[in-house]
Formats: sequence, C-alpha cells, structure tokens
Amino acid sequence: MTKNNIKPSTQRGVSVFKTISKHRLFIPIAFLMFLLLLNIFIKPGFLRISLGRDSSGNPVLIGNLVNILNNATELVILAIGMTLVTASSKGQDISVGSTIAIVGGVIMRVLCGNETQPTELKAPIILAFLLGCLAGMVCGAFNGILVAKFKIQPMVATLILFTAGRSIGSMAMGGLKPKAVSSFGYYGNFIPGFPIPTPILITILVVAITYIALKKTNLGLYTRAVGINDRSSRLNGLNPAKIKFMAYVIMGFCVGIAGFVQSSRVQTVNPYTIVPGIEMDVILAVALGGNSLGGGTVNMAGSIIGAYTLQTLTSMLTTLNVNTNAVPVFKAVIIILLVAIQTPAVKNFFSNKAKVSKIISNQGKESA
Amino acid sequence: MLKRKESPTDTAFLLTITISLFIVIYILSIIFLGDKGFSKIQMFFNLFNENAALIVIACGLSIVMITGSIDISVGGSTALICTSCIVCLNNYGFNFFTALILALVIGLTFGAVQGFMIAYLEMQPFIVTLAGMFLGRGLVALIEVNQIQVDNPSFELLSGARIQIPFLGDINKRGVFIQSKLEYGVVIAIIVVCVMFWLLRKTNLGRSFYAVGGNSQSALMLGINVKKTRFNAHLLCGLLAGIGGFLYLFHTRSGSVQQATGLEMDAISASIIGGTLLTGGVGNIFGTLFGVLTSGIVLLIVTAIGSQDPWWPQITRAAMLCFFIVLQSIICSRKRK
Repeated sequence: MTKNNIKPSTQRGVSVFKTISKHRLFIPIAFLMFLLLLNIFIKPGFLRISLGRDSSGNPVLIGNLVNILNNATELVILAIGMTLVTASSKGQDISVGSTIAIVGGVIMRVLCGNETQPTELKAPIILAFLLGCLAGMVCGAFNGILVAKFKIQPMVATLILFTAGRSIGSMAMGGLKPKAVSSFGYYGNFIPGFPIPTPILITILVVAITYIALKKTNLGLYTRAVGINDRSSRLNGLNPAKIKFMAYVIMGFCVGIAGFVQSSRVQTVNPYTIVPGIEMDVILAVALGGNSLGGGTVNMAGSIIGAYTLQTLTSMLTTLNVNTNAVPVFKAVIIILLVAIQTPAVKNFFSNKAKVSKIISNQGKESA
Repeated sequence: MLKRKESPTDTAFLLTITISLFIVIYILSIIFLGDKGFSKIQMFFNLFNENAALIVIACGLSIVMITGSIDISVGGSTALICTSCIVCLNNYGFNFFTALILALVIGLTFGAVQGFMIAYLEMQPFIVTLAGMFLGRGLVALIEVNQIQVDNPSFELLSGARIQIPFLGDINKRGVFIQSKLEYGVVIAIIVVCVMFWLLRKTNLGRSFYAVGGNSQSALMLGINVKKTRFNAHLLCGLLAGIGGFLYLFHTRSGSVQQATGLEMDAISASIIGGTLLTGGVGNIFGTLFGVLTSGIVLLIVTAIGSQDPWWPQITRAAMLCFFIVLQSIICSRKRK
C-alpha cells in the first residue's frame, strides 16, 4: 500500500490502466466499444432511435441499436446455456442449430396440426411453447447422458444430433411447411400497441433469471469446480455426472426458448435452413467473452457481451454490403486474433519483452 | 514352440467390428435387395467412385484424431479448392497439373497455418480449424458467388476417363456384357490409403503420432518433439485435404459456396465408425476406409428401400454413429477397470 503512495502520478495512471486491462471483461467490452465506434464512424445516424409505425399502424421502435438487440436474442439465450456446458464438460455442444430445427418442427406441428395454411391455431401457444422446451430438454438430456454417463467427448456426442437434428425436425413436421396465423408472431416481432420488440423483453427476462440463479444458487461455483477438476470436485462431495447432465438439460431449455422466438419471427419453419451455422456463432460468443473453451470458467456477462458483439459485427458487415456468404471471413480473422492474444505463448512473449525493457532501463539508471 | 495368446488390442477389436459389419451389411443387401442393383459388381465399384474424395479426407482426419487433435476446416478448404481451381482452369489457362499443384498449395497452407497455431501457439484445435472453415467458405464467396462448372476440354477429358476392369462386369437386361468401370480418382485414393497405412505402422513419424495422442507427457519424456509432431499431423491432414479436394473437383466438376457442406462431419464420423478414438492414440487407416464404405452402403440401402421421406438417410447415419460412439465408450471404460 505504502509503495503505491510514493509512486509518481503518471505511474499511478499506468497502474489504474493495468488493473482495468487485467479485468476479465476488458477485452469483450473494449471490442464491443470499438465496433460501436466504427459503426458510428461508418454510418452517422447509427445511434438514432425513432418511434415509427408498422404496416398495421402500431407504434414500433426503429433503429440500428434496436435491431441489434432484437436480432441477438437467440444468440444471447444460447450463449448462456453454452457457457454452462463449456464450463462443466470442457467441450461444446455443436447440436444447438439442429435442435432448434427440432424445436421449431415440434412447435409448428402442435400449432398447425396437419394443415399447411390453418386459419386458426390448433392448440394454445403456451402448450406449443412448453412442448418445444420439452423437446429441447429431451435432446439436451440425450447429449447429457452421452457426455456424463458414457464419458464421451462433448463434440462427438453432440455430433449425433448435429447430423440427425434437421432431419428429425422435418420428420416432426411431417414433411409439410405450414405457416401459422399472425397472432403467433407476437413473440418474435411486436405485441400490438407496445413499441419494444418482444424478443428484447424475453432476453431481459432470461438474463434476469440467469443472474438470480447465479447469485442465489451454487450453480456457477459447482459447474466451475467440475470443469476445473472432475475428480477433486467428487472428493468434495459433488456429483460431476449430475452437474454435467444438468448443464446439458439447461442448454436444451435455452434452445427451446430460442427455437420458440426464432419460429415466431416468420411463423414458419424450414428445418433445413433455419439458423444456419448458429452453433459456431454461439461458441464464438462464449470464446469472445473470455471463457476458456477448455472448461472451468463461468463468465456469463462476458458471453452475453460476446453475443452482442458478434451481432454488431454481423450487422455492420451487412451495412457495408458484404455478401452474406463472405461474412465468415471477417469472423474467422477476429476469432484468430482474439484467441491468439489470449494464448500463453503470446502473453509470455509480450510480458518477456516488457521485463527485458524494464531491466534495460534499470541498468541504464544504475550506470548513470 | 508355444505362442502366448495375446488379447486383441483396441485397434484390432474395433477394426474387426467395422469390417465384419460392412461385410454383413453388404451380404444382406445382396440377398434382400439384389433386384435393386445391389447384386451388380458395378455397385461395389460405384461405392468407391462416389466416395474417393471422402476416403482421402477421412484418412487425414484419422491422422489428426490419432494425434489427439481435430480438424473441421476440410469442408471449407475443399470448397475453396474446387472454386479456385475452376476459376483458374476456365480463365487463366491452367491445365490439369497446375490445378493439382494449386489444390495442394491451398491444402498445405491451411494445414501449415493451422498446425502452427495449434502446436506452437497452443490454441485450441477446434477454434482454430473453425476459423479455417469460416475462412475457406467465406473466401469462396469472395471469389465467386454463383455455382460454376469446369469449362476446360482437357480437364474434362481426364475427369471423364474410366478404367475398364478386365473380366469383371454385369450383364444388362439385353444380355450384353458390360465391363465394370472405375474412376482414376479411386486409384489415387487407394494409393493414399496404402501409403498412410505404411506411414503409421512403419515410420518414426507415424509411431510418434500414436505416442503423442496416447499420452503427450510420456511422449515428451521419450524424447519425441511433441509440438513438431502435432504440426506434422496437421500439415499431413492439410496435404490430404488438398488431394481430397482435388478428387472432389475431379468427380463433381463444379464449385459453389455451399459445396461439401458437412464433409468434415462425414469424415469425422467415418473415422469414428472405423475405430479411431477422438481421445487420441487409437486408430487404423483401413478402419477409416471401411468406415467410409459402411456409411456409404447404408446410405445407398436407405435410398434404395425407396422411402419417400427425405429424412431417413441422415437419421440412419446418426443412429449408426451413436451405436459406434457408445460401443467405443463401453470398450474404453471396460479397459479402465
């Protein structure tokens, strides 16, 4: 403490910067800020939010920020589940996109029955939602059993549903492509008369529940303990298999909510093309948030920020008229850069350089 | 002299299961689906014709998996190879050999860069190769958005050429004897399988792959350069992805952004069915060959049964994958006891 007091003010400034830059949310937040600034630079009216009217005359919020918050919903919800899965099982669930296809298929079948253009909903929406979540949780439980009980690597275990999921979704819909009536669309777009997009409200709800769950229960601590060391957590009285299984079921529940929002957006589902490649985006969001993909870290805030960062990037590239198929190039470059600066080899390289320069400057002082 | 009876190793056991499963499925398909073309000899060769590229790529993945790593960029690099080779063949006067060299260079570049990041920077293989996959597919879109076809007479001549197999063939409905045909790509694929088998069994490099994958700590203590071995595995996988991508082009003669989607997962599942453990250290190239053939024949059977629903092939494939993964897990846990 006393040492800090005698430091000159410039050095204290440096140390404040150092403590900030050492914070685990520094890289994700800094990157998000950088992207937002870039966006403002590219498109001056980026931050403007206005109250407009949709085709049926209801008030709606319009603006780039609203769009980003709206479109990132699925990514955020999935990133929450993926953080738990990654932390506890030291691997990723690559079946989330396929499972969304299953969930969407189930929801559509429940709502539309066997008709392609039903004039009314065949079942209450809440029932469809619950059955969709149940489908997601069953898929999660399947993955969870394979990972926790049979001790299969998560990526391999989820490869099974990754391969089959979209086909199962198509089977659940009976090969039809039904379109539900527009009242189902409230959950993916706007509730008439209320200007904020519903997905944003759903995101806030899910994030709040997650926050409470992490604060009030030992969920975060236990998943981290299992991820850091399976065996020692068992010696401490935890049941690693149960916790891993639970993480996958929670992931399934998240997939259920995301699938519900996604299928409500256009009120129809094409299982083969719904949310293409979202599993990779979700994993990327988790990695962007500063979570180790090797397990053992639960940085939930980081993952959520990572998801928004990714959505900001995607929408920025769309603004710049980049072909949708070429967007992955930029994502790839960013993944590599972000992961590379977090690797021990690069970190050592820089800290060694700093040490060497310090030694040289000290020697210079001594000789003087 | 008495020979001590040795219990079969994991590799041998898993290999036996795969090969016997393939033979059983093939015989059953001949018995029950003979009228749908399964009794024809050409059917057997078609299995190779269709899957030549996948065989080569799966070999590369097996090697990476034996070393305890993973590479999911092969689908992306295949798409990139196809599109860039076609653009060069059509517009820049490339011929067969320069296109082949271009394909190998692309494959090796992917392998070398990814290998460097994984081995020397110690980044996670999944993330690095995921970026590779994004990069490959994205670059295709930057080169050419639409689907394109090869428009190069000499290349098409070579690609359309077939080997006539002597003395083997089928008699068609009119009673005319038709010789069985094999594409040249299959010959390359078989050569690759044999070379890789030799490499893994007989050379220091191949043995060090197994050592690093089995236990990298003890491999280090044995004096194996673990980092270099990992790098070499990815380099080799990149080379094989280059060859495989070229064979893919050789077979399809077209290129698009969505080409070879899910090829990496097909290759991984073929390796797993063939008895390669993703944890590393266990695997066999011939197993991989039979893994490709088994999933190929199952797909053919499901299509031939004539179910109108388009979802059965993938579901069957996943069910088969599930069976093999659980089987592997049971074998491993029994060994641990």
